[in-house]
Amino acid sequence: MTAATLVAPLRLRAGGFRRRLGDNLMAYGFLAAGLLCFALFSWYPLVRSITLSFQQDNLVTDPQWVGLDNYRALFADPLFLTAIRNTAEFTGLALIFGYAVPIGLAILLNELRHFTTYFRLAVYLPVMLPPIVSAMLWQFFYDPGQGLFNTLLHGAHLPESQWVQSPRTAMLSLVLVSTWANLGGSTLMYLAALQSLPPELYEAAELDGAGLWQRIRRVTLPQLRFIMLVMLLLQITATMQVFIEPFQLTGFTNPDTITVMTLIYRYAFAVNQDFGLAAALSVLLFVVLSAFAAIYLRITRERSA
Amino acid sequence: MKRRRLLALTSIAGLALTAGACGDSAPAQTSGPVTITVNNMPPETEALQRKNFLADVAEFEKLHTDITIDPKEGKMDPATFSARLAGGQLENAFYVYFTDPAGLIARKQAADITPYLKEFPSVSQIKPNLLDVFGDGKGRTFGLPEGNYTMGLVYNRALFQKAGLDPDKPPATWDEVRDYAKKIAALGGGVNGYGDYSKNNTGGWHFTAEMYTRGGDVAARGADGKWTAAFNNDTGRAVLQQLHDMRFADKSMGERQLLEWADLLQQMGAGKLGMYLATADNIPTIVAQYKGKAEDYGFGPVPGGQGTLGGGGGYMFSPKSTPAQVKAAMAWVLFRHANPDRIEFGKQRDAADKQPVGLPEPNIFTGAAGQAYDAASKKYANVPTQNFAPFVAAQASIPLKLEPPDAQKIYAILDPMMAAALTKPDADVTKLLADAEKQVNAILATVQQ
Repeated sequence: MTAATLVAPLRLRAGGFRRRLGDNLMAYGFLAAGLLCFALFSWYPLVRSITLSFQQDNLVTDPQWVGLDNYRALFADPLFLTAIRNTAEFTGLALIFGYAVPIGLAILLNELRHFTTYFRLAVYLPVMLPPIVSAMLWQFFYDPGQGLFNTLLHGAHLPESQWVQSPRTAMLSLVLVSTWANLGGSTLMYLAALQSLPPELYEAAELDGAGLWQRIRRVTLPQLRFIMLVMLLLQITATMQVFIEPFQLTGFTNPDTITVMTLIYRYAFAVNQDFGLAAALSVLLFVVLSAFAAIYLRITRERSA
Repeated sequence: MKRRRLLALTSIAGLALTAGACGDSAPAQTSGPVTITVNNMPPETEALQRKNFLADVAEFEKLHTDITIDPKEGKMDPATFSARLAGGQLENAFYVYFTDPAGLIARKQAADITPYLKEFPSVSQIKPNLLDVFGDGKGRTFGLPEGNYTMGLVYNRALFQKAGLDPDKPPATWDEVRDYAKKIAALGGGVNGYGDYSKNNTGGWHFTAEMYTRGGDVAARGADGKWTAAFNNDTGRAVLQQLHDMRFADKSMGERQLLEWADLLQQMGAGKLGMYLATADNIPTIVAQYKGKAEDYGFGPVPGGQGTLGGGGGYMFSPKSTPAQVKAAMAWVLFRHANPDRIEFGKQRDAADKQPVGLPEPNIFTGAAGQAYDAASKKYANVPTQNFAPFVAAQASIPLKLEPPDAQKIYAILDPMMAAALTKPDADVTKLLADAEKQVNAILATVQQ
C-alpha cells in the first residue's frame, strides 16, 4: 500500500468527522449543558457524600480520613436499628393504607357521574398544601385535649385516643397524615390510567353478565397491574424517606417514631453536628433505595420491550 | 435554648452618653479600615429594637471610623451553621447559646480570641464563670457572654387566687407543686396545674433543671477528671416519678404532651396553665406575643431550692475572620452587649421605649459594674416587681449551676425519658433512668478532659 492510498481515506474520514461535528454542534452544546447541571447538582453531591462518609469534617480545617469509623459508629448506635425498624414499620403501614386507598378512590371517582370535578379537586387539594402545613394542621387534629378527633370521638361517646402521644398509635397516626397529604397525586394517576382503558372491555364484561365487583376484579385491576407495580415501587422509595411527619409531630428525639431521615437530620444538624456520620447513614439509605430503583428500571424495561 | 429573644435585643443596649464614656470600645487595635458582619439584628417586624440596634451601629462606627459594620438578622442556627461557615457566609461575630460553645470549640469552628483579650480591659468586669463557658478548659477563650439567666417558677397569680392559693406564696417544695397543681387543675375548663417539656431537647433541659432544684446533677466529674452520668439515683427517680404521678394519678398536667418551648408560653398566655419552670424573661414574651396580662404573672424561686440551672447567650467569632476582623467584632460585642459605661443609658432607653426593665435576672457583670447594673435596673423598673418578690427574696441563697458538658447531646437522650414518663401510663422510671444513663455515659466518655 502506498502513502497516497493511505492518506486519501484519512482525509475523507477527517472531513466526515468535521461535517458530523458541525451538524451536531448544537446537540453537543445542549448535551454539555445537561451534563454540567447533572455533574454539579447530582453527581458531585453524590460523590461528595460518599467521600464524606469516610471523613471527619468540620468544614473549616482539612477533612480527616477516618476509614470505616463513621460506619462503625453508626452500627454501634442503638438508634440506628430503632430508626430502621420504625422506617420499616412506617413503610409497611403506608403500604396498607396509603397504597390501597388511592386505588379504591380512583375506581370510585371513575364510576361517579355527577360532581366529578368537585370530588377530584377535593381529593387533590391536600397535595397543594405545603407538607409542613399539613403536619401542623394534623397536630391540631391529634391534640388529645382539645383536638378535633377527640372532640368528635367524645361527642359520639366513643373512647378517645392519645394519637401521636402514645407509642402504640403514634406511627399509625403519622401514616394517616402522610396518606391524607399524598393520596391526591396517586389517585389522579390511577384515574388517568383508568380512563385510558378501552370501554369495549367493560361492555364485553357486562354482556357476559359481570357485576361491579367482577368488573373490578377481572377487568380493572388486571389492566392497572403495571401502573400499580410502578406506584408500589415509587411509594416504597418515598415512604422510606419520610421526614416531615415525624419531625413536626413527634420530634427528632423521640425513639418511638425516629426514622432514618430524621436520624440523618439529628446526626448532621440537631444533636451531633457530625456530617460524616450523617453521610454514612445517607449512603446506606442510598444503597437500599438504589436496589429499589434497579428493580423499577428492570420492570419498566421489560414492559416497554 | 430558645429564649431571651426580646430582652437580649434590648436590655443591655444604649447609646453612649459621651464619646469618652465608651469603655473598651476605645480604638480597637485594627490596622487600617475593616468591614465586619455581625448577626442578631432585630427583624423589621421588631421596629423599635431594630431602630435601636442601627442607632448603636451608627454610634459605634462614629467612634471607630476604621470599622464598618454590615449587620445581619438571625442568630446561630445549628441546622445551617456548618454550611454557612464552609460557604464563607458566617458572620464575623455570631450569637450563640451557652449550650453551643463547647461543641464549636471542640470542632474548631470558632476563633480563639485569647491573644486579643488584653486589649479589652473591661472583660475583667464580666463574671469569670460566664467567660469560662466560652473557654476550652486549657486557658483559651473563644467568645464573650452577652447575658445570662437562672430558672425560677413562672406562675399564674389569677389562677392561684381562683384555686384559693396565696399568689404571694408560690410553692417552695415539689410536694407543694403537686398539691397546688391538683388544686389549679380542679378549676376545670382545660386548665392544667403544671406543665413540662419532652420534645426536641427541651425535655432533657428541664429534667436537668429539675435535678438541680433537688440538689442532684446530670453529670458529675470524678477525682480522675472524667465525667459520668449522675442522675440514675433516688433524685432522678423522684423527678420522673413526680411528673408521672402528676400526669396520670393527679391528672394535673393535661393530656397534651410532647411539648416544646413555645407551647407552655402559649398555654400560660391563654390562662390555661398554673405553673412551669422558666426564666423571668418568659413573662414579657407571654404578655407581648401570647396576649397575657402582665399583672397576672408571678415569678418564684425554683421549688426545692437546692440549685438553679443557669444559662445564657453570647457571641463567638468566625474562624475564617482575619485578626483585624476578630478584634473589630470583639470591640462591637463589648460596646453593645457588655459595656459597663452604657448600663445606665441602656436601662434609661429601655424604660423610655416601654421595654421591660426590672425583671429579676442576674447580670453578667461583677464588682462595681454589677452594682451599677442592679441599681439602674431598680431605678428604671417598669414591670410589676412586687410579683417577682418571692424570687428575689430567695434567689441569693440558691446555688447557680451551669449546664452539663455536651448539653444538647445529653438533652437529646433525656428527652425520650421525659416523654415516656409523661405519655406512658405504665412507664418504668427505674428502667428509663438506667437506659438513659448508659447512653449518657457513652457521650461523656468522649468529652475532652
